[in-house]
Amino acid sequence: MSATVEVQEAHAHSHEHHHEKESFVSKYVFSQDHKMISKQFLITAIFMGIVAMMLSVFFRLQLAWPGESFEILNYFLGDRWAPDGVLDRNMYLSLVTIHGTIMVFFVLTGGLSGTFSNLLIPLQIGARDMASGFLNMLSYWFFLVSSVIMLSSLFIETGAASGGWTVYPPLSALPQAMPGSGLGMTLWLTSMAIFIASSLLGSLNYIVTILNLRTKGMKMTRLPLTIWAFFVTAILGVLSFPVLFAAVLLLIMDRSMGTAFYLSDIYVAGEALDPVGGSPILYEHLFWFLGHPEVYIVLLPALGISSEVIATNSRKPIFGYRAMIGSIMAIGFLSFIVWGHHMFMSGMNPFLGSVFVFTTLLIAIPSAVKAFNYITTIWKGNLVFTPAMLFSIGLVSTFVTGGLTGIILADSALDINVHDTYFVVAHFHIVMGLSAIFGMFAGVYHWFPKMFGRMMNSKLGYMHFWMTIVGGYGVFFPMHFVGLAGAPRRYYQYTDYPMFEGVYDLNILVTYFAIFAASAQAIFLFNFFWSIFKGQKSSQNPWKSNTLEWTTPVEHIHGNWPGAIPIVHRWPYDYSKPGKELDYVPQDVPLTEGEEEH
Amino acid sequence: MEKLLLVLVVILAVVGIAQIAKVYQVSSELQKRREEDISPTANKMNANLWLVFMVAFFGFFIWQFTEYSDLLLPQAASEHGVAVDKLFYVNWLILIPVFFIINFLLFFFSWKYVHNKNRKAYYFSHNNKLELVWTIIPTIALAFLIIYGLRVWNEVTDEADEDALVVQLYGKQFDWTARYAGPDGKMGESNYLLITSQNPLGLITNETIEARVIELKEGITKTENKLASEIMPDDKAEDLEDRIGAYSRQIAKILNFRESTNDLSTAYDDIIVKGEFHLPIRREVSFNINARDVLHSAYMPHFRAQMNAVPGMTTKFAYKPVITTDSMRTILDDAEFNYILLCNKVCGSAHYNMQMNIIVESEEDFQKWLDEQKPFVEPEGIKATKESEEEKVVEEDGQLAEKNGN
Repeated sequence: MSATVEVQEAHAHSHEHHHEKESFVSKYVFSQDHKMISKQFLITAIFMGIVAMMLSVFFRLQLAWPGESFEILNYFLGDRWAPDGVLDRNMYLSLVTIHGTIMVFFVLTGGLSGTFSNLLIPLQIGARDMASGFLNMLSYWFFLVSSVIMLSSLFIETGAASGGWTVYPPLSALPQAMPGSGLGMTLWLTSMAIFIASSLLGSLNYIVTILNLRTKGMKMTRLPLTIWAFFVTAILGVLSFPVLFAAVLLLIMDRSMGTAFYLSDIYVAGEALDPVGGSPILYEHLFWFLGHPEVYIVLLPALGISSEVIATNSRKPIFGYRAMIGSIMAIGFLSFIVWGHHMFMSGMNPFLGSVFVFTTLLIAIPSAVKAFNYITTIWKGNLVFTPAMLFSIGLVSTFVTGGLTGIILADSALDINVHDTYFVVAHFHIVMGLSAIFGMFAGVYHWFPKMFGRMMNSKLGYMHFWMTIVGGYGVFFPMHFVGLAGAPRRYYQYTDYPMFEGVYDLNILVTYFAIFAASAQAIFLFNFFWSIFKGQKSSQNPWKSNTLEWTTPVEHIHGNWPGAIPIVHRWPYDYSKPGKELDYVPQDVPLTEGEEEH
Repeated sequence: MEKLLLVLVVILAVVGIAQIAKVYQVSSELQKRREEDISPTANKMNANLWLVFMVAFFGFFIWQFTEYSDLLLPQAASEHGVAVDKLFYVNWLILIPVFFIINFLLFFFSWKYVHNKNRKAYYFSHNNKLELVWTIIPTIALAFLIIYGLRVWNEVTDEADEDALVVQLYGKQFDWTARYAGPDGKMGESNYLLITSQNPLGLITNETIEARVIELKEGITKTENKLASEIMPDDKAEDLEDRIGAYSRQIAKILNFRESTNDLSTAYDDIIVKGEFHLPIRREVSFNINARDVLHSAYMPHFRAQMNAVPGMTTKFAYKPVITTDSMRTILDDAEFNYILLCNKVCGSAHYNMQMNIIVESEEDFQKWLDEQKPFVEPEGIKATKESEEEKVVEEDGQLAEKNGN
């Protein structure tokens, strides 16, 4: 290990020599510095998030007031997609599809992991930079290119992909079946292929860095839980994204080379097609083999961040550190053998369904352990309510609330009636959407001083949080009832069904909350960009935290530490340790004589 | 003008927030207050807000439960549906208290243990006994739910009875068709290559084979003429040549399965209905579910039934209706009520309106209704009787193609 440190040392020195020669392009554009790359990821993700959120507001307008005219729709979507301000029904499906795709992949996968894994892995394990700065830079640029392609698909004549974010064939394979399956789908597939490359480059880098570049004394059992979460997330990504790549590739072949992986016996738009012998169910298996681990790729970093934030701001060690690691690993492992619960109604053999019921419900156990451990951490703590802390507690609430309805959905017999209804929409938006976005906000508020050397305004942060949690629950909680009434998702309107008359009210309520929650994000945007330039200068360790990132200088330098990398002597959660004067003991402080580690 | 005003308002709002933030910042600098030090007032305020939020959140939940309980699906109208609903209630009985307890603990602790500079947090890093307890309790609860759930699942997915009524549900963009076997009790075989506007399900009979082969041959001739008479770009010519190839292959395949199909007359008496289909009460119905173009999903919420329709394969779902439409109308006090079949897998632009009514009635009424329906081929021959309907179908398909083209 010491050899590694020395090599890094030399590396850092060579960097310092180059320091002055750095041009604008190499510093801000083609940067290989992990801190700059993390900022690039964050700002790109914020932009994508704004777009995806706007899209959701657009289709919420249609859902609340079907067929009514809104000038704003016409203003943004034009005469083609919102003639007289009424949303076109193909565009409705495109909006839903692109909203889902951007949120899941670009904001909560690329954005969340890209930002915080990049920022925190080298800083918290005590490394000068990522194992490969070049691959890291490529990862960002692939991400940006795929983002641009995905966004560009909103501007083409036939409209963006519109088969839902899961893009099941044959719908997505047949341009005859709907306009969005033409060029829009091609762009979607291209964008995803590039995105997967970006994600793989990032993940490999994270794994290698965590395994090889830890500073002296940083045993795996002394890693902050953030790093553990990022580590398992990266492994999940490396093992599952290639499968999506295969699925995407086969779909591209079915679309343009006449193969029949997913197609059989199809008669569409007045023609019988040649392909015989394929099965759409194959695609579903491949997609969800990524798709389910993906849920945890989104969720685990958020849980890692909240573990760190809750411990720091409770001034108390995270309860059950090893159990937390164990449950992260258990969740990671189990996430690979549960994908079939998305397919209970696909025509898959019911017995196979039973197996997936069993494995899926098992995941609730490590999840429950995590929830209890969070609550025990807060119990008898000394809670400091920074905005990050509020978001982390909010995350625990949404994780539990949304997780509980997962128990319903995992039960195949119950899934029969709520499958593909708004109940599912409610479930995954709370457990994965809200939780992960809360984790992301917590991370931004907590590590903003590390990223920009300045503080975000806490008063605005409070406003942002309280409005977001009220808006978030206000949007997604009523959806349970809409779903239990049997209302399917991805419907343009419900007015053709007398049995859904009751959901109109709720749909309006949800849309009001959605507009409210969306407007709350304006406060965040303002606070974020204003604080980058005008925020109060931060001190070196503003939250009195134990982890190594707070031992680096406020001003960013290549190689992170001006001198030697600190040596780690203890775990990261020595908060309020008996016998210590201060209520925190940073990881690089040696154990005093006779002191037990924990 | 309106837009200008809107822009002005936005600008003013931004400037306003910026000014407030600035004033706040200047004043805090004057007081030597650092942003990172959360003041006791701010802590206290947030702690109290957790309690306020908790009350509002729980209140919201309870309000919705009482206000919208009639929105929820009425009692299950199928035999297995009753078991599914019971499983649902048992799950809720466990999950709702857990929801309240955990959220309560979280918010209550957040309020109670707010920062106090005279107090030190309790250094409590782990406790194996405690952790074991809350690993085992969920494990037991989940084991119960898994076993109970799988028993119901097995019951639901059990093979249908031998004497079950077989109904085919056939999905296409954007409607459903139902088919019954007719008096011979046998469903005619089908193949997607035989689909025409007169034969929307692609049933295999001597007549449909002949008609389709003639149609394809005409198609070939037409395309050949077009190729010979028009000047066109190479890629378009290639497309047309491909089409000729495809049609010829289809003809070969069709003639091939004419050889392999034993009885070319089983489909004659099949009954095909649209818009509405009927089921007898208390007799198991076994659905064979198919799709011709993209994925659809046959969702019958009142019967707690759902199964995807997948092109290229047959999926199955069976249930036994136990409440007639009339009884349900009485129960719900709604004379207009109908059971419905919806599409629940996004399938294109009109996915949101792909429905079919289901009428559940007594066995006698059902038989009476079935006898009134026209078979696929009237005993006297294929053409004479159905012509008027055929035209209508052609028209509909034509409109559809137009819509798709848009």
